[in-house]
Amino acid sequence: MSLLTRTAGALHRRPRLRLSLLLTAPLLWLAVLYLGSLTVLFVSAFWTTDSFTSEVVKAWSTDNFHELFTTPVYRQVILRSIGVALAVTVLCAVIAFPLAFYTARVARPRWRPLLVVAILTPLWASYLVKVYAWRLILSQGGLADWMLKPFGLSGPGFGLSAAVLTLTYLWLPYMVLPIHTALEQLPAGLLDASADLGARPGRTFRSVVLPMVLPSLAAGSIFTFSLSLGDYITVQIIGGKTQLIGNLVYSNIELNLPMAAALGTVPVVVVVLYLLAMRRTGALSSL
Amino acid sequence: MRLTRTLQAAAAATALLLAATACGSSGGGSSATGLNPPDLKAPTKLGTSEGQVNLIAWAGYVENGSNDPKVDWVTDFQKQTGCQVHSKVAASSDEMVKLMKTGEYDAVSASGDASLRLIASGDAAPVNTELVPNYKDVFSGLKNGSWNSVKGTMYGIPHGRGANLLMYNTQKVTPAPTSWSAVFDDAAAYKGHVTAYDSPIYIADAALYLKATRPELKIKDPYALDQKQFDAAVALLKKQNADVGEYWSDYLKEVSAFKSGDSVVGTTWQVIANLAASEGAKVKAFVPKEGSTGWSDTWMIYAKAKHPNCAYQWMNWIISPKVNAQVAEYFGEAPANSKACADTSDKNFCATYHAADEGYWKHIAFWNTPIEQCLDGRTDVKCVPYAKWVQAWTEIKG
Repeated sequence: MSLLTRTAGALHRRPRLRLSLLLTAPLLWLAVLYLGSLTVLFVSAFWTTDSFTSEVVKAWSTDNFHELFTTPVYRQVILRSIGVALAVTVLCAVIAFPLAFYTARVARPRWRPLLVVAILTPLWASYLVKVYAWRLILSQGGLADWMLKPFGLSGPGFGLSAAVLTLTYLWLPYMVLPIHTALEQLPAGLLDASADLGARPGRTFRSVVLPMVLPSLAAGSIFTFSLSLGDYITVQIIGGKTQLIGNLVYSNIELNLPMAAALGTVPVVVVVLYLLAMRRTGALSSL
Repeated sequence: MRLTRTLQAAAAATALLLAATACGSSGGGSSATGLNPPDLKAPTKLGTSEGQVNLIAWAGYVENGSNDPKVDWVTDFQKQTGCQVHSKVAASSDEMVKLMKTGEYDAVSASGDASLRLIASGDAAPVNTELVPNYKDVFSGLKNGSWNSVKGTMYGIPHGRGANLLMYNTQKVTPAPTSWSAVFDDAAAYKGHVTAYDSPIYIADAALYLKATRPELKIKDPYALDQKQFDAAVALLKKQNADVGEYWSDYLKEVSAFKSGDSVVGTTWQVIANLAASEGAKVKAFVPKEGSTGWSDTWMIYAKAKHPNCAYQWMNWIISPKVNAQVAEYFGEAPANSKACADTSDKNFCATYHAADEGYWKHIAFWNTPIEQCLDGRTDVKCVPYAKWVQAWTEIKG
């Protein structure tokens, strides 16, 4: 007991010691586990592999990055991946906004929590189950084909558009939630004031609602963008023959770890650039 | 630990250097003759069982009844030896090589495109065949092969062999194909519904087709392609890519694609054809007239295996006549043990699969690891090594 009291006393007298003890664990977590692994990833991108045994040879070389920038197929896949991530983000935003508007402002207040739960429910199901469900929906003669048949159309089949569709479905809740929160906090008085001043709904939306919701929209887009950019399982299951960055990393990781690391730095860089762009909208403070 | 790994890498690098010079001077022959793997010793006697064994295997090789209650040869092994079996199904040879490098597994059913790499890197240890009593009954054609031995030392126990087949949907693909052209030159007829094996080694399938259809390329061995032959194969596959619906590496994915009709024609293994047919898909699989690529699998043991005694017992078990017959019939391959033919439930099985017909196997090009020294013995040109195949495969898929 006296030891405890003495320790408490010592800690009370030395605020710096207190602070350093408090911060050591989280800082270690950040520095060693997170930044450390990122550093290892980046450093190993400069190594090479023995072409026969695929053992990593720890000799410094920039060959991997040179190859990354000069090989047309890598450039193509990188651009395709960024395109998919942007498309998913835009689709999510377009679908999420009306949805969130309904759950936050139109629906009766006592229904709102239930609606939010309903939107979140898919997140409780396994990722793979949802993706395989979409494989069944989009397969030949599946649900999509069956539903579009009366209109003389057929489903998109497996491919890039199927992958975008499925990723949009997967990440939609991450977009709905921040927008819902922002719309919920929007003071009703502002909308009334806008109407009193003669603004039509469209004008109110553009000049009042959108500027206030934009940071949350950007915050949601960080999730949808980064999650789509890193995904490779969905595209493997329903993307047909499509390759994204994740697939290239996966196909190289077995035989050419340094090349996989070089490819792996691409999404890191893209996401960092995206974060910097989003910071300007104030999205990071509304996360 | 780190030091030994570095040493191993250095040893492997030296071995390769020696291999390069040796092959250059000996004037070709099989790749393994010049290979100088790290000096590892096989055990001289077995100790007591460790109680468990961790295996990496192709789908259908280690069955404990969980996929099909009637297909089970693991339970009896566990009862008899007390070795609990943990198995991991690998989808490709590259994945097998990667998994072996983790050091968590004791043995692997490696095909020829993985085995040489495992030997050269020192991941696979030589096997003392004296400790595997059933080895004496293995077909001689599978012993001391260029893909499973170095200088007369076996690096594993042969499991079985088989061909990659062409599978088609009997209702949608008419007339029935007879040639690989169904997935190459005539693939456009089924645009979007052609499937192909998702691995760089599939380039050899295109080379095999070119060997028959474009004699001017003078392809002798689909795993020994010089730059010109390689480019022709890659060009053929890029053309094929336009008609491919999806590539498969997960066998369940191919089964589901053939069941739903998303794929109607493409390369397959007998086990996939059997599964798809048993689940109601209208499919047929066969060896086209050009011959085929194929595999010859070898159970190899990890150099620093934690459970070597159980691994040796497993290797003996899997090629024991009855079990070898079971696994061969389930997977659809020719057994390695000559006595297995007496134990098959279908008495014609070994005849159908040409188990003892060494002449037949001359038409099957077994998976091998392409290296710079051409495997077909040419010394005037350099062949395209496997690392380049991997890159090209990424480009083919686009």
